[in-house]
Amino acid sequence: MTTMTDTVPEVETNEEGFLVNSDQWTPELAEALAADAGIGPLTEKHWQVITFCREDAAQQGTPPGLRRISKLSGVNMKELYQLFPKGPGKLAAKVSGLPKPQGCI
Amino acid sequence: MKNLVILGAGTAGTMVANHMRKKLPKDWSTTVVDPSPTHLYQPGLLFLPFGARDEEKMQRPRGKTLLRGVNWLQQEVQLVDSDEKEVVLANEERLAYDLLVIASGSHTRPDETPGMLGDHWRDSVHEFYTLEGAQHLRRAMADFDGGRLLVNIVEMPIKCPVAPLEWLFLADDFFKKRGIRDRVELVYATPLDGAFTKPVCSDVLNYMLDEKGISLETEFNAGEVDGDGRTLRSYDEREIPYDLLVSIPTHMGAEFVSASGLGDDLAFVPTDHHTMQAVGHDNIFVLGDASNVPTSKAGSVAHFQADVVAENLMRTIEGRSLERGSDGHANCFIESGDGKALLIDFNYYVEPLPGHYPLPGVGPFTLLSESRRNHWGKLAFRWAYWNTLLPARPMPVSNRMSMVGKRSVKLEDQKKPIEDSKRQAA
Repeated sequence: MTTMTDTVPEVETNEEGFLVNSDQWTPELAEALAADAGIGPLTEKHWQVITFCREDAAQQGTPPGLRRISKLSGVNMKELYQLFPKGPGKLAAKVSGLPKPQGCI
Repeated sequence: MKNLVILGAGTAGTMVANHMRKKLPKDWSTTVVDPSPTHLYQPGLLFLPFGARDEEKMQRPRGKTLLRGVNWLQQEVQLVDSDEKEVVLANEERLAYDLLVIASGSHTRPDETPGMLGDHWRDSVHEFYTLEGAQHLRRAMADFDGGRLLVNIVEMPIKCPVAPLEWLFLADDFFKKRGIRDRVELVYATPLDGAFTKPVCSDVLNYMLDEKGISLETEFNAGEVDGDGRTLRSYDEREIPYDLLVSIPTHMGAEFVSASGLGDDLAFVPTDHHTMQAVGHDNIFVLGDASNVPTSKAGSVAHFQADVVAENLMRTIEGRSLERGSDGHANCFIESGDGKALLIDFNYYVEPLPGHYPLPGVGPFTLLSESRRNHWGKLAFRWAYWNTLLPARPMPVSNRMSMVGKRSVKLEDQKKPIEDSKRQAA
C-alpha cells in the first residue's frame, strides 16, 4: 500500500507557508499550496499566472512583482485580485513555490 | 584614445568616474553625461518636510564633485546604440564609447497612477523624493493642523525602501513637538504584507508602529487617486480617505534605458548580480538604482558596487576574467524620531541582524536598535558623502558584508533567494 509520503516528496515550508526550496515545487503541490491559502480549485487562468511566475522567476532570478505579472502574464490586475484575493503578488508567489516579495527590513 | 562613458552623475556615476580617473591608463578618457547642473545629496530630502532648511548644504555644482580630468557633458541621453557602441545625445550628437557605465538612477513617476497628477498635486497630494516635492511638502506640513495623513508606497521597488517608515516616525515626532499629535491620524498603506517583511526585523521592530500610534494597511496596491474626494483606491477596491496624501510614486529607470531596449518592464537594466555587467553586453556595466539586482536602491549599495565596477572595468581593459565581488551589501541608517536612529546591514542572502557595526562589540553604531549615536552618524554622513565617498577616497568599511559583530538570530532560516545559479545558467 502506498501512502502520501511515498508519492509526494516531503517538502519544507516556512512559518508563512512558503516553500523553502523552490525546486521542490510540482503542479500537484500548487493545488495543495492553493488550498492551504484558501484558493481553489485552480482554474486555467490561475495556471496562466503560475506558469508565467515560474518561468519569469527562473529567467530573472527574482519572483515577478504584481505590476510585472499584470503586464506580461496576460491576466490583468482586476482578474488577478479575483483569482488571488487580498494579495495577488504574495499569493501567486506562494502557489508558484517562489519566495515572498519583500522589502529590505 | 579610448573612451569610458558614464551615463548619470548621481552618487553611483560620480563615484565610478572618480575611481576610474585614478585608475585608467593614459590612453583612456573618462566622460560623464548628465543634464543637471547640480549634485543633490538625496538623504537630506527626508528632513526637509519637517522644517529643515538645508537646501544649500544638500547641493553642489556638479563640476565640483568630479575630479579634474573627468569630462562632463551637460546633456540628456536619448539612446544607447549598443551595436554601434555609441550614445546618442538629445542634440543628436553621437558619442562613441569603448566601455559604458549606466548609472542613470531611478525616478519617481506619479504619472503612472491615474489621478495623482491632477489639480491636487502638491496641494493635498505630495511626494518627498524630489527637491521640489520635499519643499512643497514642508509648506503643507507646516500648515497641517489635524486630520488623516496617509503615507502610501504605490509599488516596489523604491529608492531607499525604509524612507517611508522613517518619514512616518519623524512625522509622529514633528506633530508631538507641535503639540497636535492627538489631532493627527497617521496611516501607512503598503503593497507588502507588513511594515517589516523580514522575520528578524519584524520581531525586533514591530513595537515601533504601536509605540508611535501608526495604523497599518497591508497588501494595498494603489490603483487610483481620487483627488476631489481625497480618497486613495486600491485595485481590490479598498478605499482610504485622507486629508493629506504623501505618496511614494512608482519608480522607474531612465527613459533612454527602455528606448534602447536595455531595460525590464520598469526600465531597470538586467544586471549580473555579482559582476555588475549588463546581461548580454560585455562592455556595459550597471550600478546603483539603474540596475535590477535584488537589493535596496540606496547610496550605500551604489558605494559598495562602485568598487566592483571599477575593478571589473580594469579587468575588461586588461582582458582578465571578471571579479564576482558584489553581494548586494547595503548599510542604512533609519531615523526613528526623537533624535534616535537604527542601523541595518544586510546583503542578498542575510537579512538585517542585531549587533554592532563596524567594530564587533564596540560599534560605535548599534544594529537594529535605536540609539542617539546612530542618529549622529546619519547626520555626520553628509560630510563623508561630499568629502570621502564622491571623490572615491577609501572608507573604513568593507564593500562585502561581514557577519562579525552580529548576533545570529535564527540563521538556519536564512535562505538564498531562488536564483543565481539558475540565472547564470539562463
